[in-house]
Amino acid sequence: MTFLNGIAASNGIAMAKAYRLVEPDLNFEKKTVEDSTAEVERFRQAMAKAKSELELIRERAEQELGADKAAIFEAHLLVLNDPELNTPIEDKIKSENVNAEAALKETADMFVTMFEQMDNEYMRERAADIRDVTKRVLAHLLGVQLANPSMISEEVIIVADDLTPSDTAQLNKQYVKGFTTNIGGRTSHSAIMARSMEIPAVVGTKTATEEINNGDFVIVDGLKGEVHINPTPELVDQYKKVHEDYEKQKSEWAKLVNEPTVSADGHHVELAANIGTPNDLKGVIDNGGEGIGLYRTEFLYMGRDQLPTEEEQFEAYKAVLEGMNGKPVVVRTLDIGGDKELPYLQLPKELNPFLGFRAIRLCLEEQGIFRTQLRALLRASIYGNLKIMFPMIATLNEFREAKAILEEEKQKLIAEGQQVADNIELGIMVEIPSTAVLADQFAKEVDFFSIGTNDLIQYTMAADRMNQRVSYLYQPYSPSILRLVKMVIDAAHAEGKWAGMCGEMAGDETAIPVLLGLGLDEFSMSATSILKARSLIKGLKKSDMEQLAQEVLNMQTTEQVVEAINKRIK
Amino acid sequence: MAEKQFKVIADTGIHARPATLLVQTASRFDSEINLEYKGKTVNLKSIMGVMSLGIGKGADIKITAEGSDAAEALNSLEETLKKEGLAE
Repeated sequence: MTFLNGIAASNGIAMAKAYRLVEPDLNFEKKTVEDSTAEVERFRQAMAKAKSELELIRERAEQELGADKAAIFEAHLLVLNDPELNTPIEDKIKSENVNAEAALKETADMFVTMFEQMDNEYMRERAADIRDVTKRVLAHLLGVQLANPSMISEEVIIVADDLTPSDTAQLNKQYVKGFTTNIGGRTSHSAIMARSMEIPAVVGTKTATEEINNGDFVIVDGLKGEVHINPTPELVDQYKKVHEDYEKQKSEWAKLVNEPTVSADGHHVELAANIGTPNDLKGVIDNGGEGIGLYRTEFLYMGRDQLPTEEEQFEAYKAVLEGMNGKPVVVRTLDIGGDKELPYLQLPKELNPFLGFRAIRLCLEEQGIFRTQLRALLRASIYGNLKIMFPMIATLNEFREAKAILEEEKQKLIAEGQQVADNIELGIMVEIPSTAVLADQFAKEVDFFSIGTNDLIQYTMAADRMNQRVSYLYQPYSPSILRLVKMVIDAAHAEGKWAGMCGEMAGDETAIPVLLGLGLDEFSMSATSILKARSLIKGLKKSDMEQLAQEVLNMQTTEQVVEAINKRIK
Repeated sequence: MAEKQFKVIADTGIHARPATLLVQTASRFDSEINLEYKGKTVNLKSIMGVMSLGIGKGADIKITAEGSDAAEALNSLEETLKKEGLAE
């Protein structure tokens, strides 16, 4: 048995067979063939196999994941059937007497290069389609098996270097019991995905794909961040116990599902959930979410080749508002650009994407996109308790401009005879230090603040959160960050407004006591963290936490803060 | 030979999904069908050919068809372009 250490990214224990989402060895030698007619025939057979395989995958993807996700395989099938690709390959085999592998690879590479050189991001991405198809045919020629995540039909633990959104989109959630990856941290896509799927995950193991083979029995311990490969029967028994205990703990927490979140001395706070799609609603309700504190609308725009229509957006927003049955739903308008790309918008690459043309900056410039989203939101507003929040606000003028556009669309809709709710609260994300510092002025005009800690920390510390080498500067408990948080909360309260938080920090057991003490009104987190947080807060006195907060605000280092919190709580 | 001119009106031009639809439609016919844009001609049954043109909004394109079902093919393609709001 082997053992790997990583980062606990999603709670729980999972045990199942490993499924490697890793590319097999597709190396080959270029050879001369005697019988080129037979070689062409071999190529055609590989093509036929790839084609029937793709058709099967497309069909399954359509049934299990929806037509949207199946579209990519549709595109692959077209490439596979493309006469402009197939004819030159067959010609090459015949005229040069080379093996099919070489003819395929060289011809496809020519197309890949051609697409990659186009001055259009979208076209460059199409090169990936050709590469994917080439790989599939090559695998058949070489007699090796490609990973086909959409074809998984038994319980598995996914083992990968990293999981991209397109990988996870293809996974059949019914069978995936856990993840383990080589790279990534608590805020990487695979970690967020695992938490929203409520399955255990350990990321950043460095060597999972080297150590784990297909079919190995694997334990993913998402509580401690450990992965055990082919464990002894004793260890499996131990883990069954850990799993049971955890489930018991969870069922204890589950008793709190319908209870309000009230501290030991009677102070009420709201525990809300962060979601990405209407599909996440079930998790929110099952975990007793008192609202949606952050609906990331980006997912509506991602993984497709054109902007979502007003109607598509309207349906999604309406589903979430109705699903929450009158509980507050904070929708963040499009936060795209920077590291989150939409190829079809063809935005130029930037040197400092996190400091660049993104979120509200893009929306105020590309107003067509923004207005469509606002119209959809306004139309959906009558189906529940909608609050709209603008991301990446740095100046009051940005907020005023966004608000004016919203107001214009509202008047237009009313003139068209559409119904629009008249009590929509309008707030901003506080993730840029300039806004935190000027929060007292913002508070006069906005209805609420939601502190986005992941970005607030990276901008305050001037440390790119994607850069491993400066990751030590990701310090949510630093007195500097806590002081900014305090400024924002105090500013809101001075104007009779509310302040929430929707970053990772809001669901963090170490941070919660201090945030409660600072007077945070709303904590928005992964749905799976809600009950644990509620149980924690029920055991704390707000008055004690106010004292604790006062102490830590005057400390010098993160280490001192963490020590003080741990001493007080445990 | 039958031919028809169109102006692309879709914001994203003729990209993956629209290109897919056109190629699928064209592939249903026996005729030889070509797409012309900026002096370049590609086989409209080839997804890579169509996408390699990088057709954006406002582009003037021409579709030609030659064969037994040329007229029918051209009508179907025109219908697809218009129904999907791609071109006029």
